Amino acid sequence: MAVQTRPATSGMSKRQRAKIGRGVQYTVLLAVVIVAALLADWGRLQEQLFNLEVARALFPTVLTTALLNTVLYTALGFAFGLGLALVLALMRMSSVAPYRWISGAYIEFFRGLPALLVFLSVGIGIPTAFNDVSFSRNVTVMLALGIVGSAYMAETIRAGIKAVPNGQLEAARSLGMSHGRATVTVVIPQAFRIILPPLTNELILLTKDSSLVFVLATTLAQQELTQFGRAAMTTYPGMTPILVVGLCYLVITIPLSVLQQRLERRFGPDGR
Amino acid sequence: MSDVKIEISELRKSFGELEVLSGVDQRIEAGEVVCVIGPSGSGKSTLLRCVNLLEQPTSGRIVVDGVELTDPDADIDAARTRIGMVFQQFNLFSHLSVLRNLTVAQRKVLGRDRAKAEETARENLRRVGLADKENATPAQLSGGQQQRVGIARSLSMDPDVMLFDEPTSALDPELVGDVLDVMRGLANEGMTMLVVTHEMQFAREVADRVLFMDGGAIVEQGRPADVIGNPQRERTRNFLARVLNPTHAASAVEPGESQDG
Repeated sequence: MAVQTRPATSGMSKRQRAKIGRGVQYTVLLAVVIVAALLADWGRLQEQLFNLEVARALFPTVLTTALLNTVLYTALGFAFGLGLALVLALMRMSSVAPYRWISGAYIEFFRGLPALLVFLSVGIGIPTAFNDVSFSRNVTVMLALGIVGSAYMAETIRAGIKAVPNGQLEAARSLGMSHGRATVTVVIPQAFRIILPPLTNELILLTKDSSLVFVLATTLAQQELTQFGRAAMTTYPGMTPILVVGLCYLVITIPLSVLQQRLERRFGPDGR
Repeated sequence: MSDVKIEISELRKSFGELEVLSGVDQRIEAGEVVCVIGPSGSGKSTLLRCVNLLEQPTSGRIVVDGVELTDPDADIDAARTRIGMVFQQFNLFSHLSVLRNLTVAQRKVLGRDRAKAEETARENLRRVGLADKENATPAQLSGGQQQRVGIARSLSMDPDVMLFDEPTSALDPELVGDVLDVMRGLANEGMTMLVVTHEMQFAREVADRVLFMDGGAIVEQGRPADVIGNPQRERTRNFLARVLNPTHAASAVEPGESQDG
């Protein structure tokens, strides 16, 4: 007599149920999209958000002044911050205890403060308190952004240096390099490869933090993206300026991400 | 009078409570090849690393080439340029090409110009049979090739003495031979070598002297034929039985003795 086969469960198989589940999910999605499309007031949306006339009026100043200033401020802040962070990281690992304390205190202090407060101190507080001290706009932004960024980057760099295998330092020392020489020639270049992703992160954060320049008095020629967008909102109806300015930020940050991925691939599995 | 290259006296090294070297004395003459064997944890790597002060001795004297390295005022960086060191894990500079691995210290430490440094580097790459790899990065090389680059990197500094810290222990078995060939060639050229190794065949053929270490001290030493071929001490015999005949290790281990000495 033939052996009878018996279904594992009564009714539908597991595969059938999964299929139906997926079908339901697609149906819900489609329904939401259709309802949204029917309810939306497309004319009004276009006028308020994607107003081409307003967008056109913003060009080319949004690029030649605002975007350029954002890039400039970020670059200044990042360069200063990175240099300061490297010094802080090396101080934090110094054999001289007071250096470690100073660096540790600096990092804890500025990591804990809102960036806005630092901008206010450097841009307004210091010039008010000390009449004879005043910085140009570029220097103010460089200091403020750099101080904020360096507190974070110092810890990132320190982590990177610690992640370089000790054998690298031993090999360099065995070849007669002093500790300092070995650190500069062998350890730091490798540390920077390791911390490329978090460092890119920091650069992108600084790009956005550069918008805090808005708390300082600026001339038209010194406006960066956010300030520019805000000013344009008072001139033009709707929120198209914000959308344009927002896209401009992406024009900066997305290429940075791509660059990071390229560099990582180049140094990545082959480099270590 | 013989020319003593490395002189170690009353060397002690402790890591906290743990005494790893408990009074080692040794004189190695110019051109001598000395292999150090012994179970793991016996202090043989620590001994080697004390010779170029990668480990700071707790007490004792190390004199290499007439310079007392244990003198606090000694110029340790200058002394290390004359002491080549080859690591178990190769430790090639992973961010530099093979050629630059060989030239970086020549240029930054010895102050050689680029042309001279590259000439020396290429000569030493030829010596280890890797002349065609100068543009490769370390990660593109096999372990055996990396270790030969490591040897060439040390040789590029024109050292008087070479230290090898288990140079073949991290290699796949089929790659060991190439590295040992390079080391054999160096020995034949008269290089003074101190080699920590588990390669008994190499020690037997190439060494002038073999030191057997256990528990932080040199237990037995002499010509390889004597120490490896006819060991006098019980501990030496046990160790060799385990190393030379690993599949029958159990029978050689005394009851209660740990495998990981």
